[in-house]
Amino acid sequence: MAAGVAAWLPFARAAAIGWMPVANLPMPVAPAEKTKRQDELIVLNVSGRRFQTWRNTLDRYPDTLLGSSEKEFFFNEESGEYFFDRDPDLFRSILNFYRTGKLHYPRYECILAYEEELAFFGIIPEIISDCCYEEYKDRRRENAERLLDDQEDNKDAKLPNMTFRETMWRAFENPHTSTMALVFYYVTGFFIAISVITNVVETVPCATSGPARDIPCGERFTEAFFCMDTACVMIFTVEYLMRLFAAPSRYRFVRSVMSIIDVVAILPYYIGLVMTNNEDVSGAFVTLRVFRVFRIFKFSRHSQGLRILGYTLKSCASELGFLLFSLTMAIIIFATVMFYAEKGSSSSKFTSIPASFWYTIVTMTTLGYGDMVPKTIAGKIFGSICSLSGVLVIALPVPVIVSNFSRIYHQNQRADKRKAQKMQKARLARMRISKADSSSAFMHSKRNGLLSEPLEITQPPYKMKLSHQGSLDEDQHSIKPSTLIESQHHHLLHCLEKTTNHEFVDEQFYEQTYLESALHNYPSRSPSLSSQGLTGSCCTRRPKRLTQLTNDTSGATHTHSHTPHGHTHTNTAGLQELSAIHIQCADQPLTTSRSSLNMRTDDQQSRLNCQGGQITTAIITIPTPPATTPDGDGHAPSPPVSSPGVVKVSAL
Amino acid sequence: MSSRRKKCKRQILKFGQNVVRFITGTLSSDTAAEEQEQAAQRHRPETIDCLLAQTHFTKRELQILYRGFKNECPNGLVNEDTFKNIYGHFFPHGDSSNYAHFLFRAFDRNQTGFVNFEDFSLGLSALLRGPVEEKLTWVFNLYDINNDGCITKEEMLDIMKAIYDMMGTSLNPRLSEDTARQHTEIFFQKMDKNQNGVITIDEFIECCQKEENIVKSMYIFENAI
Repeated sequence: MAAGVAAWLPFARAAAIGWMPVANLPMPVAPAEKTKRQDELIVLNVSGRRFQTWRNTLDRYPDTLLGSSEKEFFFNEESGEYFFDRDPDLFRSILNFYRTGKLHYPRYECILAYEEELAFFGIIPEIISDCCYEEYKDRRRENAERLLDDQEDNKDAKLPNMTFRETMWRAFENPHTSTMALVFYYVTGFFIAISVITNVVETVPCATSGPARDIPCGERFTEAFFCMDTACVMIFTVEYLMRLFAAPSRYRFVRSVMSIIDVVAILPYYIGLVMTNNEDVSGAFVTLRVFRVFRIFKFSRHSQGLRILGYTLKSCASELGFLLFSLTMAIIIFATVMFYAEKGSSSSKFTSIPASFWYTIVTMTTLGYGDMVPKTIAGKIFGSICSLSGVLVIALPVPVIVSNFSRIYHQNQRADKRKAQKMQKARLARMRISKADSSSAFMHSKRNGLLSEPLEITQPPYKMKLSHQGSLDEDQHSIKPSTLIESQHHHLLHCLEKTTNHEFVDEQFYEQTYLESALHNYPSRSPSLSSQGLTGSCCTRRPKRLTQLTNDTSGATHTHSHTPHGHTHTNTAGLQELSAIHIQCADQPLTTSRSSLNMRTDDQQSRLNCQGGQITTAIITIPTPPATTPDGDGHAPSPPVSSPGVVKVSAL
Repeated sequence: MSSRRKKCKRQILKFGQNVVRFITGTLSSDTAAEEQEQAAQRHRPETIDCLLAQTHFTKRELQILYRGFKNECPNGLVNEDTFKNIYGHFFPHGDSSNYAHFLFRAFDRNQTGFVNFEDFSLGLSALLRGPVEEKLTWVFNLYDINNDGCITKEEMLDIMKAIYDMMGTSLNPRLSEDTARQHTEIFFQKMDKNQNGVITIDEFIECCQKEENIVKSMYIFENAI
């Protein structure tokens, strides 16, 4: 629960008096305060600077050092104060957290020192409030990068026992490590350049001495170019295969961008080899040659700047998208306008709206080729508006892209935006869990039967079963209401339950049981009896069996002739269900007598029945199977809260 | 009502200002002006001795109360949204805003739209330390939504629905649409002695004092402070 809100708990409890006349059931007893502690000041001496605060302030967060009994280790008898040998400046923020409920990160502090202090005082950094959280995360990321850079410098040191494969991979990734790697690096770079130049020169018309017709060099020196191409492709293929062999994770390597570029660069050649003689696909073959230009992207392994450019474009995807979208919108608008404006004039080039697209694009990017020119006055006016707005639309996203590029280039960051997102999810998840804890804490304390503590007067066997139940439950959730505030809060929720005669159950439980009970009540009417060894079928579906059982026993007070599904159990399981059964008995009258006006008499009736049912089940597995309720919806196996009717009467 | 009209006027004025600014070309809109207005609403409560005389609390208790109050609302006033927010923290299962609305109305005696510390402490004093009649009167005022001196079935139904809303939906036994209505019927049957369809304050107090359960339950929160 939030800090200051705990201070309002007395108010909420007082306001609960508003429910009292409406409630028909007696209320549970309030948790007693053992000693009414007066609020006292405590002194925290942090390296000589004395901080003073109320004890209650520190008690707001019982799972931190200052809020729990852990601070007693630091208690100094002679001076009567708590002494901490820590940084007093940082302690300010920590103490403010207790006072206001918000944890702030001071910007001038070192991030590591701050985190150490938080760890010392038992505060998780995820609860840093939103105003300071971004700053905190940025600083952390910078720090992590710095550590990473330091690590990378150390990475170049050769590890003693690296396998051949690892050596190769290191050689590929960092060409500076060995001379072989450097040679390889330059050789591949050279061949990429050769390949690109070849592609370009292929299309240049070479002068021939024969008929005065210029043919491209590629067609004149076909074999030479073919040899060159083959050599390049062989080098590239060998390189690719070697990289594939050396990659630590081949699957990831195959999916990476660089490997895709490699594949696209060499594939056309092989496809061309396969399909040379087919006339139909020669057109497609020519198209494939275009892909050879992708070899130029292989340079990005050699050039840091190219990689950063690619990364920038990727990270500015939203700005680029905006640019594209707004341009498209503007183009369509202006093209339409120009078309209709120029419709009147004769011999106008604006034959259709798509034809006007070309004019609009050329004008908006201020190219102005002049092949399409408006002739009417309206066309000229709109044309000028078009060019002005073009300047605006294009100029807007460009500075963003530029600044992005410069930022990335200067900082040379990795793609850790993805990491930041993951952390954000983790942070939200942790906060959600701590919030859910407040509502689930009530459930868990109910399940552990802690609310029944003041009701110890009745039925020792019942209590024994409850403790058994508690031990069978998962240990992780055995939360005792450690503070008075928690127990008071739970008491308040319990009063609300009593007022409305309904109980809180877990949401998943609720959905699960209401879905299943709808399905299960019908097959449960099989005539198989309890004494058969049907444990196999029962035990395989444990949670559902509980539902069935409680469905079955809920009809304890009715006399229908249906028999339930068989239910033989081992003793321990039986005990667990005993408590469940007991609850169902108690709750039964509440639901069936929903329409009846006077609830209290039914409580007494059911109490007797319950007692009878309970004794029976304690001895043997249920011999006379109680009937199922006629209506389809069963009841959730509610946690073993004290049966209301039984105890209350005697408590009063 | 008047506060609403004032708000309307203020917004129209702001809109006019914005239009003028747009035409003349000034850029930044001044939201600080509005914030100042809200911040200017502070409240300093009466002296502690005065409150001592009016409430049943001791000085120590008043001090604790005020410290908690001021911590949450530094300017000394609780508005309805903050109130609903705070109350919602205690009932995470369901939606407590309706009931919080009724509570707020019950605490805000002068219907100013804000609860100050005097309202707060007087209300709590009646609830926690007052005699049974005082408590029952307070509860009656809570139920009587339109302050006409009697509780009708519709008012009671609203209150009942608000209480059930706080429970949420995952309940055992399952909540039906009729539950609140039936509960109201039971309540009316018990309280409305002369069966005229409304409950007056005398009927209410008389009936409640007869029910031992209710009288006992009025005192269970006595140790709240």
